[in-house]
Amino acid sequence: MWLLRDTGKYFLLMRKVFVQPNRWKMFFRQLPLELEKQGLQSLPIVIIISVFIGAIMTIQTKLNTENPMLPVYSTGLVTRDTLLLEFSSTILCLILAGKVGSSIASEIGTMRITEQIDALEIMGINSANYLILPKISAFVAIMPFLVIISMAVGLIGGYLVGVFSDIITTADYLVGIQYAFIPYYVFYSLTKSLVFAFIISSVAAFYGYYAYGGALDVGTASTNAVVNSSVLILFFNLLITQLMLS
Amino acid sequence: MIEVKGLCKSFENKQILKNISAVFEAGKTNMIIGPSGSGKTVLMKSIIGLHPIDTGRIEYSGRNLPDMNTSRIRRLRREVGMLFQGSALFDSMTVLENVLFPLEMFSRKVQEENIERARFCLHRVNLSEQVYHLYPAEISGGMQKRTAIARAIALQPKYLFCDEPNSGLDPKTALIIDQLIHEITEEFNITTIVNSHDMNSIMEIGDNIIFINHGEKAWQGSKNEIFHSTNKDLNDFVFASNLFKKIKNSKQ
Repeated sequence: MWLLRDTGKYFLLMRKVFVQPNRWKMFFRQLPLELEKQGLQSLPIVIIISVFIGAIMTIQTKLNTENPMLPVYSTGLVTRDTLLLEFSSTILCLILAGKVGSSIASEIGTMRITEQIDALEIMGINSANYLILPKISAFVAIMPFLVIISMAVGLIGGYLVGVFSDIITTADYLVGIQYAFIPYYVFYSLTKSLVFAFIISSVAAFYGYYAYGGALDVGTASTNAVVNSSVLILFFNLLITQLMLS
Repeated sequence: MIEVKGLCKSFENKQILKNISAVFEAGKTNMIIGPSGSGKTVLMKSIIGLHPIDTGRIEYSGRNLPDMNTSRIRRLRREVGMLFQGSALFDSMTVLENVLFPLEMFSRKVQEENIERARFCLHRVNLSEQVYHLYPAEISGGMQKRTAIARAIALQPKYLFCDEPNSGLDPKTALIIDQLIHEITEEFNITTIVNSHDMNSIMEIGDNIIFINHGEKAWQGSKNEIFHSTNKDLNDFVFASNLFKKIKNSKQ
């Protein structure tokens, strides 16, 4: 029952969000701030995680496929395709659901419990549109760039394994990451990331917007936002993969 | 002027407000008083439209709020200013930006004129220029209330709502805030509704007082009439302290 009620509330909120802003000037003032907050501030974590995962994936793939029957390019190929197909879109978004999702939910939730949202409503402002639309727009706009950066840095991470160890030669790795490249995988990954970015920002905004009570409840809203957006990401990952790759 | 007629409000089959009718006049500080849990906050939020009501009329100069659609309510709210209990200033904006915000949102004037108006409002509430560029967290509770008042009057509202304006303030600052609300009400001929259970406030600025008890309007009058009231619930509430009992006895 609660699932139906919350789903209905979510779509009603989205109906309030996706209308023309009271003032475009205010929207375009908020947008770069959100791009900075959600995009640029996420860049360090994206780079750190991607470079390490790229490196670890290369080492593990190489160590687990020590077989003379397998071609030399297999390690690079597996690393590349794993990064392109799953890590840089799905896993990265699950990580960002924790960082960006909790940030959005707690920011809006705090505004709710300190009556700042009521203050916006009393002024005659569509608070959902004013607060949430720039966040969703910014995160959806910045996500493809984060995904592309993650892919590139992940591949560099694998390359660094070749440079700093004797597990794989850089030549074998470079052949592998170029072998049988399918550009459609990048398109598939970017498409997924756009959907996931929308899920993360809108679900987090939903939980923040309907938070009530005190600081503890904002924490609960934030946790619910992360958990539910993660579950939705996994569900939509399955759905989009079925639609685009099968 | 705001006129409330036969207002009823319930939450999950529990009736909170029972057939309340009252007139809140322009240029006067109208106070809603009552013990905790009596329904005064629900009444104020119902009048503003934050709580949809069950039955009754809420007329803003003849315009009935429950009959309005969302866009008309939003237009009406541009005539409304509100001072929240916790000030509700935007954390991410400075004092000046907080007051500028409604002007930038709704005023069609150029930015220089908006800044001039914001500075005028801040000056009117006696805030010095030194705090204009500070964030709400960097100023005192009294200054936050003044900033909130400045923001509330920025768009020259016809109606001003104040929810517990003195909560968390020391008696001297509370008195200053009360006097400020009263002065602004008279100066700009605003219909002001103050929700309070602070006796000093009631005696200081209560031009028109409505006493709510158990969700019903139990008494209405001015701060002078309160001393001669025979309403037992009102007397128990207002003259609970020995000090006020002595004042009442001396007045009689």
